[in-house]
Amino acid sequence: MSTATDLNRPAAPPAFQEINASRRFKNRLATILVGGTFVLALAPLVWLLITVIAKGFQHVLNADWWQKSLAGLTSRQFGGGVYHAIIGTLLQGLICAVIAVPIAILVAVYLVEYGKRSRLAKAVTFTVDILSGVPSIVAALFIYALCITTLGMPRSAFAVSLALVLLMIPVVVRTTEELLKIVPDELREAAYALGVPKWKTIVKIVIPTALSGIITGVSLAIARVMGETAPVLVLVGYTTFINYDPFGGSMASLPLLMTSERLTTNEVGEARVWGAAVTLILIITVFNLLGSLISRLTSLKTK
Amino acid sequence: MSDSDTVGRPGAPGLARGPRGGAAPDTAPEAPISTPKGSGGTPTQPPKVITRPGDKIFKALTVGSGVFVVAMIALIGIFLLIQAIPSLADNQANFLFGRDWDADPEGGLAFGVLDLLLVTVFSAVFALIIAMPVSLGIALFLTQYAPRRLARPFAYLVDLLAAVPSIIYGLWGAYVLAPALSPISTWLNENLGFIPLFATGTSNLAIGQTIFTAGIVLAVMLLPIITAISREVFDRTPSMQVEGALALGATKWEVVRTTVLPFGRAGYISASMLGLGRALGETIAVLIILSSTTSHFGFSLFDGGDTIASKIARAAQEFNDPRGAGAYIAAGLVLFVLTFVVNAFARAIIAGHKEYE
Repeated sequence: MSTATDLNRPAAPPAFQEINASRRFKNRLATILVGGTFVLALAPLVWLLITVIAKGFQHVLNADWWQKSLAGLTSRQFGGGVYHAIIGTLLQGLICAVIAVPIAILVAVYLVEYGKRSRLAKAVTFTVDILSGVPSIVAALFIYALCITTLGMPRSAFAVSLALVLLMIPVVVRTTEELLKIVPDELREAAYALGVPKWKTIVKIVIPTALSGIITGVSLAIARVMGETAPVLVLVGYTTFINYDPFGGSMASLPLLMTSERLTTNEVGEARVWGAAVTLILIITVFNLLGSLISRLTSLKTK
Repeated sequence: MSDSDTVGRPGAPGLARGPRGGAAPDTAPEAPISTPKGSGGTPTQPPKVITRPGDKIFKALTVGSGVFVVAMIALIGIFLLIQAIPSLADNQANFLFGRDWDADPEGGLAFGVLDLLLVTVFSAVFALIIAMPVSLGIALFLTQYAPRRLARPFAYLVDLLAAVPSIIYGLWGAYVLAPALSPISTWLNENLGFIPLFATGTSNLAIGQTIFTAGIVLAVMLLPIITAISREVFDRTPSMQVEGALALGATKWEVVRTTVLPFGRAGYISASMLGLGRALGETIAVLIILSSTTSHFGFSLFDGGDTIASKIARAAQEFNDPRGAGAYIAAGLVLFVLTFVVNAFARAIIAGHKEYE
């Protein structure tokens, strides 16, 4: 009895044919190409970050960099810092957020809770889509045409914030809408069953449930608008002095400082530009991390 | 009215969703609750709808915000148009077909947007041609090829490309990438210069402030945008189709080619259109990279020049005369209309596909 050998031998010839060479080759080639594109995409990211850090990191290590402005320094003097520009960037970003976030959340609430499939809701969705594609320079020109030529306001940081509002609203509406949609209906129904008015249900139940995600979305959006350059070019003047007043006078910001100092073609200008680039990236990183940190702290405790 | 949105869900009147008040599901049918008041003659008494002032105010606020956003897009168009008209009326050149830009109000306005428009579209399309296949590959890699556990961090890395501000792309492109590309562009120019695309342009190849460099930087900026949307669509390929293809003995690539790509094609094209819209409007990176020139655009990748956005930004600090500024606002209006059309087209493609939702 040779059972062992009988068991090992297939009863019928295999149904599965070997994949022929050309198909195998195509499959291999596709895998390599697809993997290659990913590496290709990471190359510029790594290259860019290395460049910025190599050229700028040494300058931000100085404590003066974070505490002083460039006031009184000529384009040939090293020293000073970008405190004035950091203040400007943060101020403009925060004013923008204060205006844009409530509007955007209300729009998202309208879309999810009230509008449903009404004609206005469709129009709003379409507009938000279009608004998210409006180039920042067009938003800046619009604010220029509205505030500065028509209303006669001076160029100011506040005008910049208004232009940034246009860029921020669609981003926040999108994330908030997605988050409100996934709040379970049972929560709303439970609140209605207890006789809670609809608006209170939304404010006290629906939004808090989605809040941690909304905060992450908002901080990502702030980080994004703080790097915008076109609005600051059009709507506010550059200064080397510290200015806390968003309604009057020139105010520096990191992108504006970079575009202005870029024209200083010596080592000093270079140091300022790349130092500011590192600073901007650091601030954006901090906002991104802050967003996820706050959202972790405020997220509902679920077990 | 506000009551009916919550109780009478269209399409699912008799499903498990209980009516307000937690009534047992076997009591009176729901229909009378959401019956509009005007219908008249309903046997059961319509329930008394309590509208609280808070509800009214809150609803008004949300509707108001919605209307505000819709009005905003109209206002952008209207205000740009109003500001552009006086300058357009004074314009001594043909605005749409003129190729020279002179917005200095001193000597009389004579500005034509054609050259700017051509450079804008040319550089954006060049960027798109580079970015489309690469982002297709990345999206496929992240959804089909990458190990499950690594797909998320890898996607995060690609998204980081979108987090870098465009001014930093511009600086990197102009001061690091441009010199590095100079041997390639010189080679292309010397060996393929007979093709108009690679003909000697108005920009110095050694410095590299060309549309070639700008296009490549733009392409890098488009990668995360196109990838993000394509990825989402590819992820929704019905697993039945994928498994069916596998059961028929398809290789990985054949699965992708026969199920993932046909399913995601529309989403991918839409994503690319959105990317195109982004590339058309990109300002500061292009401004830093391109050298401005007075000669006409010659359809070469090695030309300098200005896109609409970079031209506006270049002149922005001197917007003191309203007529001069009006010329740039007119150009901005052209850009607005262009991106509007491209974006609306992109959304229309995806709106026609219900399976993506």
